[in-house]
Amino acid sequence: MLTFLVRRLLLMVVTLFAISLVSFFIISLPPGDYVSTLEAQAEARGELMSDGELTALRARYGLDQPFFSQYWTWISNIVLHGDFGQAFAWNGRPVSDLIWDRVGLSFFLSVSTLLFVWAIAFPIGILSAVRQYSTGDYLATFFGFVGMAIPEFMLALLFMYIGMRYFGQSPGGLFSPEYQDAAWNLGKLLDLASHMWLPVLIIGMSGTAGLIRITRANLLDELYKPYVVAARAKGLPEWKLLLKYPVRMSLSPFFSTVGWLLPGLISGETIISIVMSLPTTGPLLLGGVENQDMYLVGSFVLILSALTVVGTLISDLALAWWDPRIRYRYEGK
Amino acid sequence: MSETVLRVRGLRTHFTLDDGVVKAVDGVDLDIARGETLAVVGESGCGKSVMARSILRLVDRPGRITGGEIWVRQPPDGMVDLVSADTRAVRAVRGKRIAMVFQEPMTSMSPMHTLGNQIGEVILLHERVTKAEARRRTIELLGRVDIPDPRRRVDEYPFQMSGGMLQRAMIAMALACNPELLIADEPTTALDVTTQARILELLRSLQDDFGMAVMLITHDLGVAAQMADRVAVMYMGNVVERGDVVSVFRSPRHPYTKALLRSIPRLGTGARERLRPVRGMVPHAYRRPSGCPFHSRCEEFMAGRCDVTVPPPVAGPEPGREVRCLLYEGTGAAPDRAGGPGNHPDSHRESREEEGT
Amino acid sequence: MLSWPRALSRKGRRDTGGGSSPEESAAREAGADPELGRASQWRLVWRKFRKHKLAVGGAVVVLAVYLVVVFAEFLAPASASATDERLTYAPPQTIQVDFSFSDGLDFYVYGYETRRDPETFEQKHTVDTSQKIPLRLLPRGESYEMWGLIPMDRHLFGPVDADQRAYFLGADRSGRDLLSRIIHGARVSLSIGLIGVVVSFALGLFFGGISGYFGGAPDTAIQRLIEFLMAIPTLPLWLALSAAVPPDWGPLMRYFAITTILSVIGWTGLARVVRGRFLSLREDDFVIAARLDGCGRRRIIFRHMVPSMSSHVIASLSMAVPAMILGETAMSFLGLGLQSPAVSWGVLLQEAQNVRTIETAPWLMLPGLAVFVTVLAMNFVGDGLRDSADPYK
Repeated sequence: MLTFLVRRLLLMVVTLFAISLVSFFIISLPPGDYVSTLEAQAEARGELMSDGELTALRARYGLDQPFFSQYWTWISNIVLHGDFGQAFAWNGRPVSDLIWDRVGLSFFLSVSTLLFVWAIAFPIGILSAVRQYSTGDYLATFFGFVGMAIPEFMLALLFMYIGMRYFGQSPGGLFSPEYQDAAWNLGKLLDLASHMWLPVLIIGMSGTAGLIRITRANLLDELYKPYVVAARAKGLPEWKLLLKYPVRMSLSPFFSTVGWLLPGLISGETIISIVMSLPTTGPLLLGGVENQDMYLVGSFVLILSALTVVGTLISDLALAWWDPRIRYRYEGK
Repeated sequence: MSETVLRVRGLRTHFTLDDGVVKAVDGVDLDIARGETLAVVGESGCGKSVMARSILRLVDRPGRITGGEIWVRQPPDGMVDLVSADTRAVRAVRGKRIAMVFQEPMTSMSPMHTLGNQIGEVILLHERVTKAEARRRTIELLGRVDIPDPRRRVDEYPFQMSGGMLQRAMIAMALACNPELLIADEPTTALDVTTQARILELLRSLQDDFGMAVMLITHDLGVAAQMADRVAVMYMGNVVERGDVVSVFRSPRHPYTKALLRSIPRLGTGARERLRPVRGMVPHAYRRPSGCPFHSRCEEFMAGRCDVTVPPPVAGPEPGREVRCLLYEGTGAAPDRAGGPGNHPDSHRESREEEGT
Repeated sequence: MLSWPRALSRKGRRDTGGGSSPEESAAREAGADPELGRASQWRLVWRKFRKHKLAVGGAVVVLAVYLVVVFAEFLAPASASATDERLTYAPPQTIQVDFSFSDGLDFYVYGYETRRDPETFEQKHTVDTSQKIPLRLLPRGESYEMWGLIPMDRHLFGPVDADQRAYFLGADRSGRDLLSRIIHGARVSLSIGLIGVVVSFALGLFFGGISGYFGGAPDTAIQRLIEFLMAIPTLPLWLALSAAVPPDWGPLMRYFAITTILSVIGWTGLARVVRGRFLSLREDDFVIAARLDGCGRRRIIFRHMVPSMSSHVIASLSMAVPAMILGETAMSFLGLGLQSPAVSWGVLLQEAQNVRTIETAPWLMLPGLAVFVTVLAMNFVGDGLRDSADPYK
């Protein structure tokens, strides 16, 4: 188990390194840099910037160095000082000032959605498989297809329209105005919870739909295996049997779903936050993209991906804990 | 005849598929007495396995028991028909009075649970014992089936063991509650020859120790001859011939039994006889021949008779023997039991939904 | 969110509640009719697909949608850019039928009465039943060039008088006909799915094939790459990449940039399917037999392995198309994909971004319905294809 852990951690470090490279590559991708954007803005105002000014600005932001040394400066600042660079469009405020609150909320929202998806999708998926071809199964399948076909932002728009049209208010944001800038306390937490259920529902929709179908398919694969018949021959009551054997088996692939469920949820969370103007990473990321504020954008990609990679690691460990076959393979006995 | 532990009458298990109904078991009659071994033989696809599973009501959808009776003993001295019994009663029989060993040990055990867990479960389920007691008995059982180092093995997972070892563990699991009948469904087919011999040897000695009856499902006539007291030959869901193993194999009556016996090599008969496979193929499952189902492959086919009349069982010549073939019509005594031979028009019971679907 | 179908496709689905007893599987095998042995693989796939009612229905819808794509100019009552400043946010008109049979069935819509709110200067449109705008089949309307080649001015259905306009699905901010725009938008939205899938298919086949056939070090490297790409949340990555697309690029350049971005991320799922099939086929008896027969590697791959995996690959492809469509829609919706004057469903939905706008003109969400129906139909087809991909099962 220990060797497995070490190997897995090493692999994660390599992945994180690759992610940081890609993030920085994205940062440096747009033709021109921030200084040329400034120059263009100055020109638009009818001012002209001298070459000297431009060079000085570039030197100040370290934009005149080759890719890898820029990368090195960037990544070492992040790792050593937690400094993600400056958000140009925010008057050079440090990126780290801007993002952590939002990343925290984003992650909180995504994890809540993940739990919601599990809580809903599993029981339904299991029932749907056990009562295959029943009305409930058809309903679940139908819901699965619909949930996967409807774009999340459409769902958000629809809910907002319904809110506006029939309740006279648009469900948006995560906090009531009075708690907007308040410090964290129980009231704020409750307020958050009362605002959060709708985004969670919307973000979780396609995830739930997909997971129902996967759970159902996994369980159907297990349900008619010989070991189930053998267990039934022992005289086990049906529900106990189901939960102990096929359900447990069918949950193995489910642990590995975390690896792709989480990126999907973060994606969904991003777009929903933009539509519903939630104070999470989404709107800030969009703003950064629109302004080509690449340090901001790159930092988001880096942080969100890193969180996903950590999530995947956790799910791998959980899988090893859950499934003796995997544990055994890793132990290499 | 000694006490009967299982009596099957007119058992029918049908599979309703998209393109028609497959009559996998179609009117089977069987009796097994305490302590005896009955071998059920036949080609693959003749319904042996489905019949065995039907006894414990283990047939999955789309299969259904559509008629017949399955009587087993119910303590203190009653009998219960598993076809009409409720699921509680069926569960009380499963694993306790009748246990089953399956064909593929590797896939018949859950890879996610230890042997101790899976075997101890049976004991905990049917008897009032503590977990520690169940574990102690599990280790003892593992020792009984000659698994070395049972104390260590009890905490291992099925994928850590060989096929032969696992089949022993399966047998241990089946024996956990001292069943009166062990149904072994091709228990050695998936194993290599030497392991096969050892498992059969083990089964035999355990049968002596535990005094249980065994229903051995096999396509291997050699295994049947070696293990069984009595034999039932199945063809297309019917028992076409049954009787004690020596007389059936020495002097087979049904043309199908004869053909089967001709198709295997024999030691010591001296004859340089050619092996002859049974003529033709098992007919398509949806196109069950009319009359005697074997008539399309039979070498003694009588036109206008075999393809029209469903042969009733004919008893004799030895006691306990019975054959379903028109060749012997009117030669034997009446069937040696009440309950009516033939098609059992009276036994079309109300069909019951299979459990667990 | 957009990674669903590819994730699903990783897991084969088994819908038949079959038992595992040998008798039954034998019965199943023998169950199909004797033709089974002779029919070609594709016929068998088709036979199985046909039984899947939802999939067949989905296929019909998909076919219809692609017909719309092909004949967009003819089917749309107007062009995508025809504006009418007097009729901003005009609500949908219902087609009325005149049953008087004076000269056959007459179709018409009522006109609008437009007032301007004196305070907000917002236009309010109410249906004016005194005005009738007669409609007919094949009227002359705005002239266009079919497929950019044939000059025409007939449309399928519309106002008799070419100067009048009808808004069956309402109008947008500049008084453009939403129905016409949805029809024209289908062209971009649906072709981006196809082209994106072709590109990801090439990438996926290439990498997946290498990975699956050679195994060993190349396999490990490619697997790591795929895992890595899958670990990055797609939407932030798309956003970041699209930030890198220069704002001054023309619609066509943007179109290809977006397609490339979508496929760079989209190929991983396909590569996994291909690799998985290659790995299992490599061990299959018929491939081993071919190798023992002395077939060259190239022949084994192209004559033996590729044909027997093509149905699976097509099934996963059909699942990837809707994912691409959803991806384009999401990006364009955020204003980062295609931009006006290009028309795609995502671009149309961009107009519905604002809650206030939706409140005044809820019909602006209709392009979302188009996305929904198309994606749903495609998922049905994909599902049916996946179930019938292996006809020998």
